[in-house]
Amino acid sequence: MNLRRVGAVVLRQLYLYRSSPQRVLPLFIWVALDIVLWGFITRFLGQVSRSSFNFVPALLGAVLLWDFLTRVMQGITTAFFEDVWSRNFLNVFATPMRTSEYLTGLVAIGVTNSFVALLVMFTLAWALFGLSFLAYGVALVPFLGVLFLTGIGLGVLGAAMVLRLGPASEWLIWPIPTLLAPFAGVFYRLNVLPGWMQIVAKALPPSYVFEGMRAVVSGKPAPWDQLAIGGGLALIYLALACAAFAAVYRFAIRTGLIARYSAETVS
Amino acid sequence: MTTPVLAVEHLGKSFGDLRAVDDLSFVVAPGEIVGLVGPNGAGKTTTINMILGVLAPTTGRIEIEGIDLKVDRSAALARTNFAAVYAPLPGNLTVEQNLRVFGMIYDVPNLRKRIDEVLSEFDLVRFRKTRAGVLSSGEGTRLSLAKAMLNRPRLLLLDEPTASIDPSTARDIRAGISQFVDTGQCGVLWTSHNMYEVEAVCDRILFVSRGRILLEGDPKALPALHGAASLDDLFVAVAHEALHGGTPQPAGSIA
Repeated sequence: MNLRRVGAVVLRQLYLYRSSPQRVLPLFIWVALDIVLWGFITRFLGQVSRSSFNFVPALLGAVLLWDFLTRVMQGITTAFFEDVWSRNFLNVFATPMRTSEYLTGLVAIGVTNSFVALLVMFTLAWALFGLSFLAYGVALVPFLGVLFLTGIGLGVLGAAMVLRLGPASEWLIWPIPTLLAPFAGVFYRLNVLPGWMQIVAKALPPSYVFEGMRAVVSGKPAPWDQLAIGGGLALIYLALACAAFAAVYRFAIRTGLIARYSAETVS
Repeated sequence: MTTPVLAVEHLGKSFGDLRAVDDLSFVVAPGEIVGLVGPNGAGKTTTINMILGVLAPTTGRIEIEGIDLKVDRSAALARTNFAAVYAPLPGNLTVEQNLRVFGMIYDVPNLRKRIDEVLSEFDLVRFRKTRAGVLSSGEGTRLSLAKAMLNRPRLLLLDEPTASIDPSTARDIRAGISQFVDTGQCGVLWTSHNMYEVEAVCDRILFVSRGRILLEGDPKALPALHGAASLDDLFVAVAHEALHGGTPQPAGSIA
């Protein structure tokens, strides 16, 4: 792998951020709004509830972790969309750059974006609503790790879908996290779901994170075995997403899709 | 014997029932400019896309400086570069940013110095900090050519490179590319519909129609050899025969 080529993909994005506030603001503005909105909702729930349950780490923490996954995914897909929007595929793919170098560059951008968002979210949640990292203990590391791997997998899969289906399919990618959220049990225990939804939930790595988070918040030990299953699933999905991207790329080369991308068809 | 910078053997590409490129074989030697000419839809851009690795051939083989494109795509494409009127560089990056990003992708050594050189060669110094999207079409074409020369490619693919450039600038660009090729390190595959340009710069032309080579030879000698007054007239005659006269004939058979 040529790291200079990976750096070129990242540098292109940094150039765009440097000259474009409209690209920088979404990195943290939406997550900041989410934290503020859900922070007040948790505060309100705390006031009206008769139980001593602390909603801040359970609800606000869930919003924070889900937004983290979303930012990882969108960091990757947005960087990919930049090549779609600027009709740059021919210039990029007719070079010595390997698909692995291109994808690594996109992932590096996703990592950077998501950690900026995470920093903003933690700072706001701590300063305004008293959410502490310490509430999750050392389990925070696997929580973030599993969500991080899942976000990368979703981002790579999203890029593969847009490469295969054409520029207009972008709208299919943005709602993917919203589509998954009900199954992942972000805000509730999985046992409230109907049976078939629980089966789907068991196949989703984030559901292990949120179940684990609720266990830790309620004073139980972190379910390391369940988190290991979530991590394993996330790794499998990431590998499958990379394989899907490689397969779509080979299809695009075989059919001429890359050379005629804006036509959205090969026939 | 010197290894050709480009060797194409029995290249073919089908899209369903359509045979876009049909058994093309040719080489480009170092220091040679080969013109790929033919009517619209003849298969020129399809051929170039296959050489650029963005379209897989149905049959045949492509070697760039002896490296099989299918076996080691990255190493083969590191020796090439291209400029095409339909592949402008991202308009939201400045001229310098585009050159830096693509210079890194092509792993150009001493990139800062090389960027200064190509900016100067293509008269782009004053546009260094200008976004590519606000350049005129001629300036944008010069930027594409500057990008194409960044890595001092051994094989340069130019698809109608002067299509949107004024005659004076086009002449300067042709001279610049010819000068670069004269060093003997680089070969060029050049498509154009401007027969004056083809005659001026190409050492050899391949006349393609319906994906096959119909004629091949020195663009200065071919018209007389085939009873045409000019290359332009020969183009019209051959294109008309190929398009309306039925089955294309093998290379060199039209007289």
